[in-house]
Order: sequence, then C-alpha cells, then structure tokens
Amino acid sequence: MKERILDVRGLNVGYGLGDDAVRAVRDVDLTLHKGEVLGLAGESGSGKSTLAYGMTRLLPPPGVVTGGEVLYHLEDGSSVDLLRLPDADLRRLRWSEIAIVFQGAINSLNPVQRISTQLVDVLKAHSPRTPHRLRQDRARELLTLVGIATDRLHSYPHQLSGGMRQRVMIAMALALQPRVVIMDEPTTALDVVVQRQILRTLVDLRERLGFSVVFITHDLSLLVEFSDRIAIMYAGRVVEEAQSADLYRTPLHPYSDGLLRSFPALKGPRRDLAGIPGSPPDLRTMPTGCAFHPRCPRALDVCDSQTPALGQSRQNRSVACWLHPVAVP
Amino acid sequence: MSYLLKRLGFYLLTVWAAVTINFFVPRMIPGDPVQALITKQRGQMTSEAVRSLYVLFGLDKDESLASQYFSYLGQLLRGDLGMSFTFFPSPVADVIGDGLPWTVGLVGITTVIGFFLGTAAGAVVGWRRGTWADSLIPVTTFVSSIPYFWLGLVAIALLTGPGSFFPASGAYEIGLVPNWDWQFIGSTVQHGLLPAFTILVSSVSGWILSMRNMMVTVSSDDYVTVAHAKGLPERRVMLAYAARNALLPNVSGFALALGFIVGGTLLVEIVFSYPGLGLQLFQAVGAKDYPLLQGIFLIITLSVLLANLLADVAYLALDPRTRREA
Repeated sequence: MKERILDVRGLNVGYGLGDDAVRAVRDVDLTLHKGEVLGLAGESGSGKSTLAYGMTRLLPPPGVVTGGEVLYHLEDGSSVDLLRLPDADLRRLRWSEIAIVFQGAINSLNPVQRISTQLVDVLKAHSPRTPHRLRQDRARELLTLVGIATDRLHSYPHQLSGGMRQRVMIAMALALQPRVVIMDEPTTALDVVVQRQILRTLVDLRERLGFSVVFITHDLSLLVEFSDRIAIMYAGRVVEEAQSADLYRTPLHPYSDGLLRSFPALKGPRRDLAGIPGSPPDLRTMPTGCAFHPRCPRALDVCDSQTPALGQSRQNRSVACWLHPVAVP
Repeated sequence: MSYLLKRLGFYLLTVWAAVTINFFVPRMIPGDPVQALITKQRGQMTSEAVRSLYVLFGLDKDESLASQYFSYLGQLLRGDLGMSFTFFPSPVADVIGDGLPWTVGLVGITTVIGFFLGTAAGAVVGWRRGTWADSLIPVTTFVSSIPYFWLGLVAIALLTGPGSFFPASGAYEIGLVPNWDWQFIGSTVQHGLLPAFTILVSSVSGWILSMRNMMVTVSSDDYVTVAHAKGLPERRVMLAYAARNALLPNVSGFALALGFIVGGTLLVEIVFSYPGLGLQLFQAVGAKDYPLLQGIFLIITLSVLLANLLADVAYLALDPRTRREA
C-alpha cells in the first residue's frame, strides 16, 4: 500500500444556500497517494474544478463547502483537515504543501507586476528572512527549471506568450517544493504543440522532484497517457475510479465508455467515434436515481429510481453503476 | 519615450485648436462688448474714446481678422489676456491671478483628498463585500446623487448664522489683508471648511462607488485567486493584486476630475460667494465681460489638457501594458 498524502472524505460543495442551492459536488471520496498522478476527468460542469477549489478553500462566493473533510497528511505523519484549519495555518500550508496551476494561464498572472515580483513574493511570504539576493537566485533557477531564459525574469506578463506564461505558473507552483500540485486544465488555452511541450516538462519535473499531482481535465486521452489513476466525474459525483490502463482497456461505467469513445485511438483497431448523446443534467433539477440514466445506452429499470453507490467491483476498481453490482463495504 | 513625445505633440495641437476657437467664438456670438461698456458708462463717451476702446480690446474694425488673430496669439504668448470690463481697468491676467489660487486651494485640495479617501474606502468596502460594509453602498449612492451646491445651501441654512463658527460666505474675514500670518490662514481655513465639506461629501461617495465596483470585479479575477492560493498575507493580496488593478480606471477618472477643478465647482463658489474662478466666471457672464470669459475658458481648457497629460503619465507609470517598447 502506498503512502497516502491527501484524503477527501464525503466532500459536498454547493453554490448558494437554502432551497436554491446547487449541489455541484456530491459525497466525493478521493485519495491521492505519494508520487502519484491522479486524473480527474469529466464534461464541463461535472464539478471537477469546483472540487479542486472546494478542497483547497479557494472557492469564491457564492460557493460553499457544505460538508466532508479533506485530510492532508503532513510529512511528520500527522494529519490536518484543510476545511477546518485556522486561516493563518492554512495560509502557511498553501503553496508550501499544496500548489495549484490554474485554468487560465493568461489571467493567472497579475498584469501590472513583473514576473520576478510575483515569483519572489511567494518566497517572501513563506520565508520572510531569506536575503533578497537568494530569492532572486531562486526565481532564476525556477525559470530555468521550466525552460525559460532567465533574462525574462523582469518581463511583464503581457510580454510573454501563452505557453511561456503557463510555464511561469508551473515554475511558480514549484517555488516552495510542494508535495501536491493541483493542475486545473493547465493546458486548455494552449495549442496542441505547446500543450505537448508543457506536459513533457511536467512529466520530467515530476520524475525529478517527486510531487503528487491532481490533474483536472476534460481531455481523457491526455489523462490516459499522463496519469496513474483516473477518477471520472459526472454531475458532481465520482462514477468510476481505476488505474488508467485498466480504465482505458475496460471502462466499466457507460459514461467512461462514452468518454473514451469520443476521441480516436492512435493505436489498435479502428472504431466508431460515438460521443455521448444528450448533455449533462441541470444541477438544480437532477434526474432521480443515477444521474446518467437519461443518457445511458444501457440503462436498467432500477437506474431511474435508485442511486448506485461507488464501491469496489473488482480488484483496485470502483464504479457506481447498477450494471456492476458492488460489495457495499 | 517616443510615445510620450507623440502625446505631447497631440496636446500642443489641441492647445492651438482651443486657443483658436477661443478667439473666434466670442466674435461670432451676437452683441458688441464695446457697446456693452458704453451702455454701462451711460453713453458718456466721445467717439474718440469709443474708437480707442475698440483698439484696446483688439476689435479694431480697420484691421483684418487675420491680423487680429495674430496679434491675439502674440499677446497670449506674452501672457496678455486683455482688459476686463467688470474689473476695468485691471488686466484679465491679474483678475484670474486673484481668483485662481482660491479655486485651486479649495477645490484642488478637496478633489485630491476626496479621491484618496474615497478610493481607499472603496477598496476596503469592495474587498469586504458580502459583509456589513455593503450596507454603505445605498448610502453612498444616495449621497453621490445629491448635487453639491444643494448640499451647500442646506449647510448654509443649517450651520451658519449669527454666532455660528461657520461663516456663510467669502474666503476670509472682511478687513484682513491676505498674507501668510496665522490669523489670516486660520480665517481662510474657517471659511473654507463648509464649502470643502460639501464638495468632499459628494465626491468621496462617487470614488467609493467606482472603486468598490472595480474591486468586486477584480477580486474574482484569476490572479487574485492565485495570490490567495500562494498563501500571501491578506493585506498583500488586497493591495498589490486587487486594489492595484482596480485602481487603474479610477486614476483616469481622477485626472479628469483634476481638469474640472477650475471650472467644475462654479455653483459651490456661487453658493458660498467664494472669490474663486467660478464666481468670476459667473460675474463675467452676467456682465458680458468677453475678455474675462475668454481668459477663464482658456484656463479651463488648459487645465483639462494638463490633467489629461497627467493621466497619460500616471497610466504609463501604473500600467505596464500601455508602455510601448522601442
């Protein structure tokens, strides 16, 4: 059994309060192990980003975490619940333990400050006593790490290309050598070639530095290649979780199957690109039973009345689907 | 740098255009300033005197418009704005020189204070949105919609009168000679408090509103979330990330407000009989004092242009995206 680093237990996140509240993340359980890349995939609106922001307490209002716990296991063996940590402790833990690379590389950098200022201020916030010169050296080192010439250190964000900005964000995320890096669609705004380069850089860096990654994307093909384990989200729930090779070969949930069929495989026999008919449900008026059943090609009678629970169906695999009865623990 | 030079060239062109319009407009409006002056003197003038008045005011009928225009430009360059009718025979430059310090002192200081107070308060209120601070918004909306001269009238009605600390009119005690002694400065401050207060109250609310709204917008920008995620201290996120960016539109608003210092608070000066440029402008309109009007318009135009130039420079300093690399 690998060492656990982050445990999400029964996390519920919603937007708004009271009767009009929308439950965007429902009873999610996730575990991130040390040195692992955990992929989180799903359509737009499936709650993957909300999950990431919710568990790091970065969700802007009206988003609220309504329940659950997020246990972070520190290096010394003790654990803290991120959701109940006092603000000052949370601030200390942020970035030094859990760093985040955000969706919009373009907007993640403060437009009126130099790259150097933004790289240095995170160093300054977490180790105020380091001399200025050492911080500058570290900033330069970080840029080199992600393959940006150090003479760019004093550039403003608008002077860099989209790919370079995302590299800067990755450099920034690694500034304090965090143990967990959450990546929220880090390559969405970039073209395919740059996407590749960035991912390559990420893979290399992860091998060298050994941090764990939560990788959020709607691009399952990317995950299959890049991650160790994949959790598929649908309408705020995790519907399937498996090793990426297993998931790719034999998806159990019809939704995972649909996702995998919506992009062409590079190897293997030809097959039809099917896609998934319909669109994700409105979170305010969720279907009864399994949220996926109106779109499911293999729906059973039971699907529209009872919600399947996520459970182990076979070795190392969890799925929430009536097609695969699980031994409820 | 070349960008700034280009802007400077543009401003020079605008100044020339303003000066030219300033020359032609009074000549196009109906009415004859000399006739107005003659009426004022009840016709007790010889025809020689009338002719010399025309020459004096640069309205010599024997001269062509072009030569009038060039002698006008030449006079301007020498700082000669002509003679005022109302304060005859004082030159306009002297009259404006008397009024300008009062206006700049009163309105200038209150505009600057109002901007800084309002922007700071707006930043805090915007940052703490969703808390008690939001209850300030309806109040500021209400206050900012009150015309300040009306506020001034109310203030005069309620706070001044016999035995009150606040004088109802003027800029200093009648009988004092303007100089830099404590008695005079004290009297100036005492007279300035009420008009300053009325301007401040309404202008601060405007700044609070606009800054607050920008803060709310900027606070949901990604880089602010990133700053939070980086574990930066709350103060730094608020000042260096949110407020620093929210400030930009307010700065251009501030520069415009600076430009309107000279002409913008005419009504406050009238209400408080404050001897500034606004009151002079009001008197000049009443007396058909064309040279004074022209002079004041020129000062207003120049100050608006100067303020715009300041805004350009401030923007260059504050927003790196406006700087063009050579």
